[in-house]
Amino acid sequence: MSLSNRTETDKVTGAAVCNEPEIDWKALRADFPILSRKMNGHPLTYLDNAATTQKPQVVIDAIKEYFETYNANIHRGAYKLSEQATYAYEEAHRKTAQFIHAPGIENIIFTRNCTEAINLVAYSYGRSQLKTGDHILLSQMEHHSNLVPWQLLAEEKNLILDFLPILPDGNLDLAQLPHLLSGRTKLVSVTHASNVLGSINPVREIIRQAHNAGAVVLLDGAQSVPHFPVDVQDLDCDFMAFSGHKMLAPTGSGALYGKQELLEKMPPFLAGGDMISDVTFQRSTWHNLPWKFEAGTPAIAEGIGFGAAIDYLNRIGMENIWRHEQHLTEYAMKQLTEWPDVKIYGPKGNRTGVISFAIDDIHPHDIATFLDQYGVAIRAGHHCAQPLMKLLKVVATARASFYFYNSNEDIDRFIDALDKTRKFFKK
Amino acid sequence: MILEDLYQELILDHYKNPRNMGTIDHPDVHKHVKNPFCGDEIDLDIKIDRENQQIEEIRFKGEGCSISQASASMLTELLRGKSLHEAHDLIEIFKKMVKGEATPEEEEKLGDLQAFKGVSKFPVRVKCATLVWNTVNSGLKEIDQAEK
Ligand SMILES: Cc1ncc(COP(=O)(O)O)c(C=O)c1O
Repeated sequence: MSLSNRTETDKVTGAAVCNEPEIDWKALRADFPILSRKMNGHPLTYLDNAATTQKPQVVIDAIKEYFETYNANIHRGAYKLSEQATYAYEEAHRKTAQFIHAPGIENIIFTRNCTEAINLVAYSYGRSQLKTGDHILLSQMEHHSNLVPWQLLAEEKNLILDFLPILPDGNLDLAQLPHLLSGRTKLVSVTHASNVLGSINPVREIIRQAHNAGAVVLLDGAQSVPHFPVDVQDLDCDFMAFSGHKMLAPTGSGALYGKQELLEKMPPFLAGGDMISDVTFQRSTWHNLPWKFEAGTPAIAEGIGFGAAIDYLNRIGMENIWRHEQHLTEYAMKQLTEWPDVKIYGPKGNRTGVISFAIDDIHPHDIATFLDQYGVAIRAGHHCAQPLMKLLKVVATARASFYFYNSNEDIDRFIDALDKTRKFFKK
Repeated sequence: MILEDLYQELILDHYKNPRNMGTIDHPDVHKHVKNPFCGDEIDLDIKIDRENQQIEEIRFKGEGCSISQASASMLTELLRGKSLHEAHDLIEIFKKMVKGEATPEEEEKLGDLQAFKGVSKFPVRVKCATLVWNTVNSGLKEIDQAEK
């Protein structure tokens, strides 16, 4: 970790002032072993962070340490080893709660990923609280994860799905919201930040209006929580789903935040061991939150790795991460917008470092193959958002997405390889 | 450089100027396929000369990457006029070649389509190259079944 707290004296008063920690972003790359590997003879330039992020050594070590020194099942053994594992796993919940400013560990359910977190709400809240004829409001830019679970629920319970449209500039059409929030809208589920367009949605306003209309709100935080500070209590969302593996933690880690009164009245999602309080042959009562929703032996190592990832992010600071990513995004946009044959999808400002683009007459897959030969990893495809692709009138886009460990040099390599691609196909 | 192995001139030419693009009135076989991962789509029409058991006419329409679209264009050129039996062999050889499993003698039979040999160095792109071949294969199988 490359942080140093620089203390300076104020030039006027002479008093000591403690500045923001100064971060050596370049040196910090050394914390990520994979970033030093070569790909097809070039330095690896990893720009598919919206899909999953790389892992720092501290996360890898935390998992290794668990397996090497205190591997045991949790909440069961009356022995020291299990106590240690239980403590570390619960501690990871506590860190996650703090990270998104949730009241406590009762509000944080660990899941395998964001998808499972959304399914948990659809299955448990949706099945128990929604009734025939109720409406669910989604947006036109949802990831399949925040669409398909609701389709299944709607089919089962005869619900109606409505969609908040997007404007040509890639932002949600907030003016439509009052019309779409019918008296029968009981749940609103929208993404906080788009994994295709990079748009950051006005979720505070959506939540306010939804609450006034009597609906609960789930935010898909898969592309927001890893990138900027999120305060679930301040936003007042009812649920927030996100993936640990998109914020340095291992695959198999994710979380659902829920308001306690809602989680209390929801039936379990999966049932079995670890989630019960008392079991007879005929009936059972549930363990307290959050364990009621974590049936069976969970992904303990992954959960502990999630905690280590959060520690690492906190040491850098989410404000700093956001500022740095904004800088990277502006740097990349500046170069991309200079080429007339490159089309960028999504808003110009108020956006994350997810950049979907197309180049005239070059298919996204060909772009991705080409860049890969120069060690640059980007995504090409529909990004699990086929309905959005239809709206954009494309079958696929190319997408570069940044994380704080990316550098200006990464972007230079990306731009350079992209320029070679353009020239090759135009010749 | 390895990229030139994949993106041969001939492939880029067929991508930019696809041959036998379009549809056939009353085809004997019509097939539509989609690769769900990348969204590549192909519509294929085939007309069979029953008497001589050969492919009389073959046309396609599609959307997708250079590899999938050039593969479709070049396939139509190769298979037009071929007997069903020959077509079957060529399909098998092509599928082997893009996985790097065909012999030089077999590859010879593919003529210009040897341009796709370089695909074998790009495992993720094999699906793009074979999309249309699998489509034509299942279309011809339907004819086989219908005749039995
Ligand atoms: C906005 C959004 N929602 C949900 C998901 C699903 O995440 P996971 O695959 O970790 O469940 C993703 C990941 O691609 C995403 O970008």
